[in-house]
Amino acid sequence: MLDNHAKLLYFFSEARQVTGRKKLQKMIYILQQSRVPFEEKYQFHFYGPYSEELTLRVEELCNLHFLKEEKEEKSNYHQYHYSITEDGETFLKQFEVNMPDIKNQINLLQECSARFLELVSTMLYFSYLSKEEIIDKVHTVKSKLKYTDEEMTEAFRFMDELRNKSSH
Amino acid sequence: MAYKDEQLIEEKVFKDPVHRYIHVRDRVIWDLIATPEFQRLRRIKQLGTTNLTFHGAEHSRFNHSLGVYEIVRRITTNFADRERWDREQRLLCLCAALLHDLGHGPFSHSFEKVFKLDHEQFTQQIILGSTKVNEILKKVSADFPVKVADVIAKTYSDKLVVSLISSQIDADRMDYLQRDAYFTGVSYGHFDMERILRVMRPMDDQVVIKSTGMHAVEDYIMSRYQMYWQVYFHPVTRSAEVILSKIFQRAKVLYEDESYQFQLEPTHFISFFEEKVQLSDYLKLDDMIVYYYFQQWQEEKDAILADLSYRFINRHLFKYVEYNPDPQINAGMELYQLFKKAGIDPDYYLVVDSSSDLPYDFYRPGEEEERLPIHLLMPDGGLKELSRHSDIVEAISGKKRTDHKLYFPKDSIQRIEDTDLKKRILDILYGKE
Repeated sequence: MLDNHAKLLYFFSEARQVTGRKKLQKMIYILQQSRVPFEEKYQFHFYGPYSEELTLRVEELCNLHFLKEEKEEKSNYHQYHYSITEDGETFLKQFEVNMPDIKNQINLLQECSARFLELVSTMLYFSYLSKEEIIDKVHTVKSKLKYTDEEMTEAFRFMDELRNKSSH
Repeated sequence: MAYKDEQLIEEKVFKDPVHRYIHVRDRVIWDLIATPEFQRLRRIKQLGTTNLTFHGAEHSRFNHSLGVYEIVRRITTNFADRERWDREQRLLCLCAALLHDLGHGPFSHSFEKVFKLDHEQFTQQIILGSTKVNEILKKVSADFPVKVADVIAKTYSDKLVVSLISSQIDADRMDYLQRDAYFTGVSYGHFDMERILRVMRPMDDQVVIKSTGMHAVEDYIMSRYQMYWQVYFHPVTRSAEVILSKIFQRAKVLYEDESYQFQLEPTHFISFFEEKVQLSDYLKLDDMIVYYYFQQWQEEKDAILADLSYRFINRHLFKYVEYNPDPQINAGMELYQLFKKAGIDPDYYLVVDSSSDLPYDFYRPGEEEERLPIHLLMPDGGLKELSRHSDIVEAISGKKRTDHKLYFPKDSIQRIEDTDLKKRILDILYGKE
């Protein structure tokens, strides 16, 4: 019952605060690709892998007062901050959620920009392709973002680091 | 003449209750419709279990796919003379529209959840694999199947093409809202599609809406909102979905239990149970096959599988109460134990269903660069996000939408002989404690 909601709460409990909906989307996707058992279904959207299911579940967690959403006015858009509430922590304690230790991976992801996570998640989405094909694909589907060779190299290195963290 | 340019001598038309006529002139489209993979969609209901709530909802994915094709055909015809439209993309758009749901299986939602599958991956496999559909697409050009698959997967380089099939206001949604409204018989779901098609404009990366057409789009958004609550999230349909998922779950458990002998071997499901599904296995499944097994499984020795199958076939569904996991989590846990004590396995007969566990459709403007919203083309040539210009859309965008329900077999509870136990369960469920 509500396993998937509890798994997300576990993530927020470990992350403390997540800033930006896009960043949240990409963090969960990258963790999912690192074999963390989140079950939200992702599809490729304009800005990379995106899960409508995740959006809805986060809304539900906010409506249940397990998560707090704070809206910040930016110059021409809104930015959202998410953090787990006391009710959320209490619910999580009562719920025996079976999840691996993901603290290190979350810390690593928290330090990255949304732009970089968009690149990494897009690369992971095409991970069935060869390295050269992945680079070509990123240039095709993300032509407007003009990712540099350095960013690509850094993204591949980052994926390796993440893989190492998840295997330890 | 190249195959991609071949036209039928006479235009073919399909009568359609939503669009009146569906027009086919391209040989490629006509040939694709005739493939076994596309004809299979006739045997898969568009709305899964919704016909148990709205008896008219017997329409198939075949109907819907043709409808999406027809809408895209009209859009590309309207765009033909517009400066930003590349006419070379027309056939690609039509094929992607027609084939966008090709990988759907029977009762996709429950089936995919239990067996951890994704119909989108099967769509890709059908288009790119060894199939009749692939043979036809390859006759257009060697790279055409990949292009069609990329458009459907939203990874195609031309985002404008992608947005016709998949965006917040696309041909897919415009067809299913109207079609589902028509077949369910509800009075919601209707909007002025002709008007929307007339005010659509191709831009660099997406289709935008001329601002004078905003009210038609508001109507479309309202219709999504209404259909979401009135049809797609209907609690009785969800009850049937819950039972369906539990049947698949139970059958899998029994298959994995080597001591259990099925009276009817679940031949069609074995590769799903073993998580070794091949495309050929997947294509053999349709609604009829699933119903056949459920019909037969009513006679199985396993009481749970037989009972759940009986419930589904005979529409003997679970009852439900509202469930708020925040204050009611302890009650939920107590119920779990009480069900066990009463001999009603809570893993199959006590289910919390959340609205996000079902297919849905709702307009959600997000923050910058989270997902692509609907843009209005303003008189000065600038773009404005819909909810920032429309009070109606803004008003329904931020409303509370959470819906959790607790499903259970009330008839089985009524039959519990221990009257104290029965009373306790009913008191918790119906809030008399």
